[in-house]
Amino acid sequence: MRMNRRQFLKAGGALLAAGALPVSVVEASFGRARPENFTFAYISDSHITHLKGSEFVRNWDRGLIRAISECNLLTPRPDFILYGGDLAQLGMPEEIDHALDLMGGLRGKVHYVMGEHDYYLDLGDHWRKRLGPDHYSFDHKGVHFVVLNSILTYDPWTHGPWDTPMARMKAMARLDNPKGSPFMVGAAQRQWLRQDLDRVNRRTPVVVVSHSPLQRIFKGWNFWTEDAEEIQALLKRFKKATVLYGHVHQIQYNQIGNISFHAVMATAWPWPYPSSYAQAESHLPKLTIEMNRADPFFERDATGWQLINLHTGKVDMHYLLPENRNRSVVFDHRLKRPIDQRYRSGADRIPPQIHF
Amino acid sequence: MGVRWSPPAGVMFVGLVASSLAPLAAPLGLPPVPIPADNPQTPAKIALGEALFNDPRFSADGQVSCATCHDPAKAFTDNLPVSKGFRDMTGTRNAPTVINSAYLRTLFWDGREPDLEGQSKQPPVNPVEGGLADHQTILRIMRNDPAYVKAIREVFQVEPAAVTLKHFAQAVASFQRTLVAGDSPFDRYFYGGDKTAMSQSAIRGLAVFTGQGRCVSCHVIEQTQALFTDNRFHNIGVGFKHIRGKEEEIAARFLAAKKSGADVDVTVLTDPDASELGRFAVTENLTQVGSFKTPTLRNIDLTAPYMHDGSLQTLEDVVEFYDHGGRLDLDDPLSGFLSGGIRPLGLSDEQEADLIAFLKSLTSPNVAGTPSSALASQ
Repeated sequence: MRMNRRQFLKAGGALLAAGALPVSVVEASFGRARPENFTFAYISDSHITHLKGSEFVRNWDRGLIRAISECNLLTPRPDFILYGGDLAQLGMPEEIDHALDLMGGLRGKVHYVMGEHDYYLDLGDHWRKRLGPDHYSFDHKGVHFVVLNSILTYDPWTHGPWDTPMARMKAMARLDNPKGSPFMVGAAQRQWLRQDLDRVNRRTPVVVVSHSPLQRIFKGWNFWTEDAEEIQALLKRFKKATVLYGHVHQIQYNQIGNISFHAVMATAWPWPYPSSYAQAESHLPKLTIEMNRADPFFERDATGWQLINLHTGKVDMHYLLPENRNRSVVFDHRLKRPIDQRYRSGADRIPPQIHF
Repeated sequence: MGVRWSPPAGVMFVGLVASSLAPLAAPLGLPPVPIPADNPQTPAKIALGEALFNDPRFSADGQVSCATCHDPAKAFTDNLPVSKGFRDMTGTRNAPTVINSAYLRTLFWDGREPDLEGQSKQPPVNPVEGGLADHQTILRIMRNDPAYVKAIREVFQVEPAAVTLKHFAQAVASFQRTLVAGDSPFDRYFYGGDKTAMSQSAIRGLAVFTGQGRCVSCHVIEQTQALFTDNRFHNIGVGFKHIRGKEEEIAARFLAAKKSGADVDVTVLTDPDASELGRFAVTENLTQVGSFKTPTLRNIDLTAPYMHDGSLQTLEDVVEFYDHGGRLDLDDPLSGFLSGGIRPLGLSDEQEADLIAFLKSLTSPNVAGTPSSALASQ
């Protein structure tokens, strides 16, 4: 089908709206007399994997490098960057150090989240040594941000009996592991969170950032946080609450009561992916349920990063997806839930996944 | 009056049909030529378009026609790294062949025009190409040259005063849609069933092309036709060396200029740094920084030098560039924006030689030009 010039320009304009830098933020205010707009970037799940010596898996390195290169071009600059966890694949100091070397090329202040792949080798020691506490909060232009370590689990599982720390790491990294254990924030952090939020006015927009979803989606892959509902209960009194999470390597969004949920993309690989991708030596974890993806040739397809607008105190997600169409999921104030800007209408909806 | 009306040597003319909707018949290996409903092919329009294509008066010094950079004797390229415009001004990009451009879904290396009709309007008024201040010169000549007046009356049924740039663009596009060439040794081997049409080396090269070389993922071969392009945009690493460390400044400066009204066509051809932004300059999509349109590979042996900036002289260099995962010299930096399809290939010397033999089998008969090996030794 050929388009005439006018149709082309029209289509081009639509692409531009969804694909261009979403930097012209709407002038709207939130937080009572604090009319401040801002954006931040979000990079996650790079899974930097050590092979031997100074060798790392090239593909994962390139994914993180690409996200950093693109992020550095944002004009105007985002106020800060969130890194959503899983810098490393098996928690090794070499992996965390190499990932942070690459992250050193990123312009701007970065707030880091702990992922299970950063944690279960040394229970987060090296990560904390390099990056500081694994849960904390900060305020930015009238928005209260909370970062949680949501990938803890039951103490008996964590502390034994393991032949080696690496055996524990690999057990937690494995999908569909019948001897796995669910993620959780845990009582101590929940207590800390309660006290932290006590100081925050209910009209202040709150953004909670975790590695695993603070909602229970699928236990076999730990798309799951055991005490999710208890965290949600602590957020109930806020007018504007948003949860952002990594781990799932795909676009997800949801609304539970007053809380909006958004997942972020990985820079490493997409979940799910097919065996057709394994043309050569593969460093992908073993997956028991396979689904199709758009273009196995392009290593970066179905990976990406995101730019986030907070102009109304609710989150607008702009996904930057190399080799693919960029997507935006924004909060609809009339429907009171996040809406995918491209795929909401029935005619335009992505067809359901079918095995091949 | 200096206008040539003879058909260009060496390019196959496909059959013309009266209906505006029916596609033209196509040579072996190519689909029917798509013809837009609002610009049907007629012999008179094609002849007019050819005259316009070859008319050097549409430039500031009266020396530069479309054919200057798209020379029929050079497979409709100029065999230069980057093209020379009026007064030998140079731009930033390599002139692609016009042959088979009828199939492209976007025009220019960055796809900034959607069709041939839109494309031909830009070069005459670009400051490093035709150098005209505006399109008035073209219209004045078309309205006053008796040969054009007569032809335009016949083709478009309009009087001189009513001639517009649309008539120029439509006639040139109609001519370009006749420049279709398939029937190469590859086509005869792959689609024609002639197992002797390609050498053994080229046959092995085809296997590299579709296998370990991964070329076919962008330079598409289908079951009944091969355009050797996916009509998409990819960052393969070309040109990155020149802008390394300056990407942020270049992008910011370009966006600011564009916002204040700078013309994309002028900026990317006159500013070597901005040129390297590729498709991003058109879409402002961060995932398309440094990405350029996949060119066809048909007649590639005649269209050296290669890549959007003409930076690779030989097919040997092109193959090595891909084999090294997006750089010629292994000490060169890799672009942070590199396409996910580009990675080291691990080809042997024999595989590389076979791949080149295959690329040389994509030359259509009767397309005039100089083989890349002869150009390189000049």
